[in-house]
Amino acid sequence: MDRAVVETRVFGILRRVVIAVLVVVTLFPFLYMLMLSLRPIEQVLQSPGKLWVGPAEWTVSTYREVLTPAGRGGQGFLRFLANSAIVSVAATALTLLVSIPGAYAVSRLRFAGRRQVHFLFLAVYLFPSILLAIPLFVLFTRLGLRGSLAGLTIVYIAQTVPVSIYMLRNYLSTIPVSLEEAAALDGYTRLQTIRKVILPLAAPAVAANALYVFMIAWNEFLFALLFLVEDRADWTVSLGLAQLSGGIEVSKTVLMAGSVVLTLPIVVLFFAAERLLTEGLTAGADKG
Amino acid sequence: MAARRPLTRRQQENRAGLIYLSPTLVVVLVVVVLPILWTVMLAFQRIRLINLRRAGFFGEYTLANLELVLTSPGFWSSLWTTLAYTIGATFFSILFGLVAALALRRGFRGRNLVRASVLLPYVAPVVAVTFVWEIMLSPQFGIANNWGTRFLGWDRPIAFLSQREYEVSLFGWHFDVPLALLTVIAFEAWRYFPFAFLFLLARLQAVPRDLEEAALVDGAAPTQSFRHILLPQLGPVIALLTVLRFIMTFNKFDDVYLLTGGGAGTEVVSVRVFQFLTARFDIGAASAQALVLAAGLIVLLAVYLRFMAPRVEAGEEN
Repeated sequence: MDRAVVETRVFGILRRVVIAVLVVVTLFPFLYMLMLSLRPIEQVLQSPGKLWVGPAEWTVSTYREVLTPAGRGGQGFLRFLANSAIVSVAATALTLLVSIPGAYAVSRLRFAGRRQVHFLFLAVYLFPSILLAIPLFVLFTRLGLRGSLAGLTIVYIAQTVPVSIYMLRNYLSTIPVSLEEAAALDGYTRLQTIRKVILPLAAPAVAANALYVFMIAWNEFLFALLFLVEDRADWTVSLGLAQLSGGIEVSKTVLMAGSVVLTLPIVVLFFAAERLLTEGLTAGADKG
Repeated sequence: MAARRPLTRRQQENRAGLIYLSPTLVVVLVVVVLPILWTVMLAFQRIRLINLRRAGFFGEYTLANLELVLTSPGFWSSLWTTLAYTIGATFFSILFGLVAALALRRGFRGRNLVRASVLLPYVAPVVAVTFVWEIMLSPQFGIANNWGTRFLGWDRPIAFLSQREYEVSLFGWHFDVPLALLTVIAFEAWRYFPFAFLFLLARLQAVPRDLEEAALVDGAAPTQSFRHILLPQLGPVIALLTVLRFIMTFNKFDDVYLLTGGGAGTEVVSVRVFQFLTARFDIGAASAQALVLAAGLIVLLAVYLRFMAPRVEAGEEN
């Protein structure tokens, strides 16, 4: 047989196999997480190889324990969820507030130092965050900002603004300048133009950006660990889970419930806005 | 007194640009640039958290930290570990990303769902996924070891994350593999192949269909059309991904710290920095160690800007 025909058949089969393997490999850990969180610990220790148990054996006591406040014998993840939500929402809102005018400036206005700004952002994006961790640790200790959610929020803003500006700029540069000129003829000032013409048009990009920043802030671990570790009341969900999983006091199935609680908001957001996000993240990458 | 002349359009634009960008610049300057410069200063002073108040601009500068870091036991091995970890994770994440992008290129029923689920490892919180991996691979109650001993005939559970060397015998040869390091690399490839997948898929879908169709008419086999049509188109993206992933992995802290805590032969430089900082409160040594990491990175960035940046810029213009 012809090489082309043989190969086409082989790759046709291979493609299905690869797709199946991909789905299993990526979803398995999440399924495992969910199943463990629903089983009592004794049962898991008895038959650790069992992946699926019927709904009759499920329990929600793990979730009850993980969410109950620490004062009442639980792990207090509700408190951690609130902390994570406060920091992530604040970081998202403030990052957008700072980066929208910034992205507009970079994409539309000619000003001194515009080229250097690109280089600065690239450097910030690619610099090791552990290097930043040392001086910020020292500085925040001195200022008394360590152990405050506000301090953490500031760090998140600085870490996400460059990427945010980069993503928004790519989108803004696809909006025709003639629209702005028309708005200017109608007597709009520049700020009015941004608010009434540019922002509505850029809404999908802004939304994708907001989700992206929210995810980064929600998932972040290193700075939360450095700044908030001393007082349990300040912990974010990521930090709480990491701190408790090292010990042996809390059963693993309860912590699995904690993992589900940590992961669920991100998965829901992601599936709700998947197309928006993937297009926002790779905008410009398809141009070579 | 002369009346102020109205600004020209050009001056106005310049001023507006700077004003709009100023909040960004202030944040980046205060929280990123100045702290980095301060790290450089700290690296050349003997400072611990206790005597921090003494530390100032005119402190006593010394090379003691660098000397301590460069001669301390485990420095070179951690550098090699970082390099092996980075190269392995970069290579496999891009390879798997490419395979996934090729498989999911053409439409089929449920493709969007599959694409979304493939991205999950990348978007899920790192603490949650490292924890699940830890449990999955646990020698006591992990599913991997349970199935391995039951179905694959392993004679005893394998401690994937806490065993430095594992003896493998193949065709009568016995040799040791760095087990924990390989596990961490596998985790990294699993978590970051979606990143490469996204970029490669976007690029693949922009390749004009008629090129491949013409090749098909000419009787080209899939491997030939991949080699001569797709690969040249993907080249720049793969090169960009290689550099991006390399830099990101080189700096990575969370994944290794959460999986192994830097034990069992997985101590990468960033985890060492963290140990200096939090276990010994030796700010000077931590800074010096971080500088070594950054120096390696700057070399890489220089290579990037020298060889890659012009092409990327050119691509953006059209």
